[in-house]
Amino acid sequence: MLRYVFRRLLTAIPTLFVIVTVAFFLIRVAPGGPFNQERGLSPEIRANLEAQFGLNDPLWLQYVHYLGNLLRGSFGPSYNLPDFTVTELFAKGLPISVQIGTSALVLALLLGSILGTIAALNQNKLADYSVIALATAGSTIPTFVTAPVIQLVFGLSWKLLPIGGWGDGALINKVGPVLTLALPQIAIVARLMRGSMIESLRSHHIRTARALGLSDWSVVVKHALRGAVLPIVSFTGPAAAALLTGSIIVETIFSIPGVGRYFVDAALNRDYTLVMGTVVVIALFTIVFNLIVDLLYAVVDPRVRYD
Amino acid sequence: MGTADMTAPETILSVKDLRVRFQTLDGTVEAVKGINIKVNAGETVAVVGESGSGKSQTMMAAMSLLSSNGEATGQVDYRGRNLLEMTKSELNKVRGRKISMIFQEPMTSLDPLYTIGNQLMEPIRRHRGLSAPAAREEALKLLRLVHIPDPERRMKSYPHEMSGGQRQRVMIAMALANDPDILIADEPTTALDVTIQAQILMLLAELQRKLGMAIVFITHDLGIVRRFADRVYVMRQGEVVEEGQAEALFANPQHAYTRMLLAAEPTGSKAPPPANSPVLLEGRNVEVVFKIGGGFLGGEPLMLRAVDKISVRLKRNQTIGIVGESGSGKSTLGRALLRLLPSDGVIRFGDRDISEADRQAMRPLRRELQLVFQDPFGSLSPRMTVGQVITEGLLVHEPSLTGKQRDQRAVEALREVGLDPNARNRYPHEFSGGQRQRIAIARAMILMPKVVVLDEPTSALDRSVQKQIVELLRKLQADHELSYLFISHDLAVVRAMADYIIVMKQGKIVEEGPTQEIFDNPREAYTQTLMNAAIDSTRFRISA
Amino acid sequence: MTELAVAVPEPIVGRSLWGNAWARLKRNRAAMLSLYYLAFIAVISVFGPMVVPHEYTTIYGDYVRTPPSLSAYPKPDMIQGALGDAIKRMRADIKEWHQDGNRVIVTITATKPIDDRNIRYLDRSDAFDDTRIENKSPDGREMTMSSAVKQQYFFFGTDNTGRDLLSRTLMAGRISLAIGLLAGVVAGVIGVIYGATAGFAGGRVDEVMMRIVDVLYSLPFIFFVIMLVVFFGRNFVLMFLAVGAVLWLDMARIVRGQALSIRRQEYVQAAEAMGVGQRGILLRHVIPNLLGPVVIYMTLLVPQVIILESFLSFLGLGVQEPMTSWGVLISVGAKNIGYANWLLLFPAFFLVSTLFALNFVGDGLRDALDPKDR
Repeated sequence: MLRYVFRRLLTAIPTLFVIVTVAFFLIRVAPGGPFNQERGLSPEIRANLEAQFGLNDPLWLQYVHYLGNLLRGSFGPSYNLPDFTVTELFAKGLPISVQIGTSALVLALLLGSILGTIAALNQNKLADYSVIALATAGSTIPTFVTAPVIQLVFGLSWKLLPIGGWGDGALINKVGPVLTLALPQIAIVARLMRGSMIESLRSHHIRTARALGLSDWSVVVKHALRGAVLPIVSFTGPAAAALLTGSIIVETIFSIPGVGRYFVDAALNRDYTLVMGTVVVIALFTIVFNLIVDLLYAVVDPRVRYD
Repeated sequence: MGTADMTAPETILSVKDLRVRFQTLDGTVEAVKGINIKVNAGETVAVVGESGSGKSQTMMAAMSLLSSNGEATGQVDYRGRNLLEMTKSELNKVRGRKISMIFQEPMTSLDPLYTIGNQLMEPIRRHRGLSAPAAREEALKLLRLVHIPDPERRMKSYPHEMSGGQRQRVMIAMALANDPDILIADEPTTALDVTIQAQILMLLAELQRKLGMAIVFITHDLGIVRRFADRVYVMRQGEVVEEGQAEALFANPQHAYTRMLLAAEPTGSKAPPPANSPVLLEGRNVEVVFKIGGGFLGGEPLMLRAVDKISVRLKRNQTIGIVGESGSGKSTLGRALLRLLPSDGVIRFGDRDISEADRQAMRPLRRELQLVFQDPFGSLSPRMTVGQVITEGLLVHEPSLTGKQRDQRAVEALREVGLDPNARNRYPHEFSGGQRQRIAIARAMILMPKVVVLDEPTSALDRSVQKQIVELLRKLQADHELSYLFISHDLAVVRAMADYIIVMKQGKIVEEGPTQEIFDNPREAYTQTLMNAAIDSTRFRISA
Repeated sequence: MTELAVAVPEPIVGRSLWGNAWARLKRNRAAMLSLYYLAFIAVISVFGPMVVPHEYTTIYGDYVRTPPSLSAYPKPDMIQGALGDAIKRMRADIKEWHQDGNRVIVTITATKPIDDRNIRYLDRSDAFDDTRIENKSPDGREMTMSSAVKQQYFFFGTDNTGRDLLSRTLMAGRISLAIGLLAGVVAGVIGVIYGATAGFAGGRVDEVMMRIVDVLYSLPFIFFVIMLVVFFGRNFVLMFLAVGAVLWLDMARIVRGQALSIRRQEYVQAAEAMGVGQRGILLRHVIPNLLGPVVIYMTLLVPQVIILESFLSFLGLGVQEPMTSWGVLISVGAKNIGYANWLLLFPAFFLVSTLFALNFVGDGLRDALDPKDR
């Protein structure tokens, strides 16, 4: 088991390396530079800045430097927010994004599983159709529509929630963003759960359990649910990686100071170090969560063995 | 027999006017149409029928195990109480306690996520309220009862760590955990190899002697019925067409359908070809090795020797039967001889050595070497018409034919296999299993081959249809002096088709010889087991 | 051959799986309704902008953020204001005005003689048209003019620069649907070719090709698009490529999996046993059987592309002003929900209803082509 974890982490290194390399050169090939767009920069100052950040070095040398810094755990300074290092920016924004993302994920997993199970147990009845309708709506309506509609209805019309802002992490400020972020995930989980639960309920070993006169509770919870939960487990890895690293849409619309906007802003401003930092952080999250999920999978399903 | 004890046997289960309907996309389908069945204490009742006869659905309905679109009406009385009207909690006091059931699919009928011990203890604790340690003792006892070796260790095993036969034993142990009155066995041996089948049947007979429960045997296999049952119900299209004491029914069947079923066992035998008949296809020391894992970075590659140095000589007008259980390598051998799989050793076709022939070189020979598959549903492309399916080979081998000529050939081929030529613009999904197998045979025959490898061509079909296909294959052989390599696990069919038999096990030949000799006088123990399992008709149990 | 003399009866024509699927689809009311709805949306998006009297770029300075209404503008209470504005520009004062049917008659006075050309100020207003001088005092300091009230309809209201939202929404539909369809097809074609090649070639080639897909997958997907957009610049045509280049991955995986499983089917083995070459197997067996899953996945791909395009446009990375798409409109709407919620609601309704319809059609097709799922 430990050997497996070790091996997985080891194989993650080349993946990470490829991602860093591709991202590094891709953004460098793009026209423009970090100090081109800022108006009012005299050529001398610009040259100075570029020299200071080593941007005049040959590309390969910059790449080697960057890799070296990365190995020492440093993402470098942000070009556009010169008072901060990239690490500091993440230290500030990531906890906020993680808070919102975790809440949304937990909400989605709980509510989605419950709704999906209810639907599966009442297949082709009213409860089932309601869940399907909800899931269809949730997965069809994009967040950049849900978010302003939530603001409009709960914020402006009913005045139940603030329209936006972080409010130093007040609970009421999190409701809107978490709801917006969770809605499509609830839909996905409910759909997955419904499908896998129906399949699980139809499986032969459930028929066996019924034929042996086991209670409904045992049939549904002990036998059907455990098998049905496997697709949800696989879903959780990528979903967690995506949710916890912040959502551009939600953070923009609700004015949340998370890390979700970093990438877009940084890419547009050619803030190379911040772009790279975001890519690395997201890749790391993805790798770690996928590993956790695979280990979790083995816990639920004894047929899966890692050794 | 029974004459010593004149008191009328007690009826414990009686099915009265049971109807089962399913709501499907194409409307309501009535699977069971008002049938009556009764089961007496301690007896063995067989419900016999071909696929679609409603035999399984009858018992599923009795146990309230129908799928959600199914609905049962009528009465199923267990000791005077109608199971169909019970509440769920009442029903759950009967299911698994008084009436138990085992199923056809040993591989999937146990929950893959829990240990054998956990699953065995569950019904014991539920129905008898035992403590965990006491239930554990009971479970161990049960595993011993069904002859699972090393039960202590097996308690901690998961189903995927056991073989199919062992899983079926565990399933039986679970069903018998609470000493039920009735055990319903739904095709319990169909998915198992013949030697395992016999073991499971013997186990059931032994347990019945020990425990005295009644057994309801749902099966398509008349061999099992003959050896096992006291009374028989014959079902067809949702109705019971005939019922009676087993012996009387076998001796003197009343209904035409029963007579047809009894006669459906393939009969006859094939005379060997004349001694001077030329050898058409020959394999010498043929060997097929698969890589099944490892290798690259995972260490030593794991190799499976699927076919291990086998030699075969197939003469013109000869049928060699290749017999073996699943995993014996018989299908692999057939494909290797046709050069559809890479293999070592020498393969000759006529006077040509084709051991090294590549795809290109084999192409002109393909028309003479044909293959018919087991699964008539998978072997026909679902998006092509029957006409397109059977003339596809002509596009390769007689590219000069016009569309009209091809159509004419399709008509002839369909007539030859006994199908209406009008069917050639229809699609495979519009035909039954037997008809599809005829289409697959027509596809091979249209090329006028010399050698046909028949890979379990009858195994997916009902007995009565099997017989027709066997007869068709025989007629085609006689008409065109064909040579067959007939691969099958079904000895009854092989006996009727082949004049020479090769018995395979784990990639090796166990025994070979002329059919008559092998059947009359099998030398090897394994062959004897196979024969006994398949052909023997001595009864397992005579009711008291 | 005497056999040939036997008359060959006309064959019965069977119903193919496609025929079956079509029949099943026709029975699915939600899917058929959605199909009609999509056709309707497509027709009004393509032809609507030609029919609607307003250009999607025309700015009506007098009608900024006008709420949607079924009756014509200007409303009676707006005429005085519009009149006042125009007259003020003439540096004159209104002496008297009244409305006579469709025309407004206004008498103005000024300290200096009024130039006749001043009537252009009335015509320039978005509310009036066809202004005539009815009467002029001899000293030229008083003038009576009549002007037709320009009847304008803004069914969806106008945006914050005074452009008609109806024509903008329809124009946006044109762009969103076009991108959805074109980029969907681009992604589909790339995915099918790549996946089919990998699945059909098998072995080493397949392994390498799929490893590449895996690596691309592990690049954060949205960020990958943004990077491409940044790299290509905000170019409308290149956006197809960016979106298509990212969304082909799923299609490639699906097609490869299907191709592999079809190759293992017995009917393909049967064809091989008959000596049918690679080409024949590809043409007669693999492609026809691949079509079903591809069609199903295409119906999932198109809404994905529309969403992705809207998402990029929402972030300001996609379609640029004055060209518009649903994403652009929704982004404007989201910023103005406080005072002009119709700017959000109309485009959001069009986008969401279209996505719903595509979704139902997709579900319907899946059920029709693969009925064992239900």
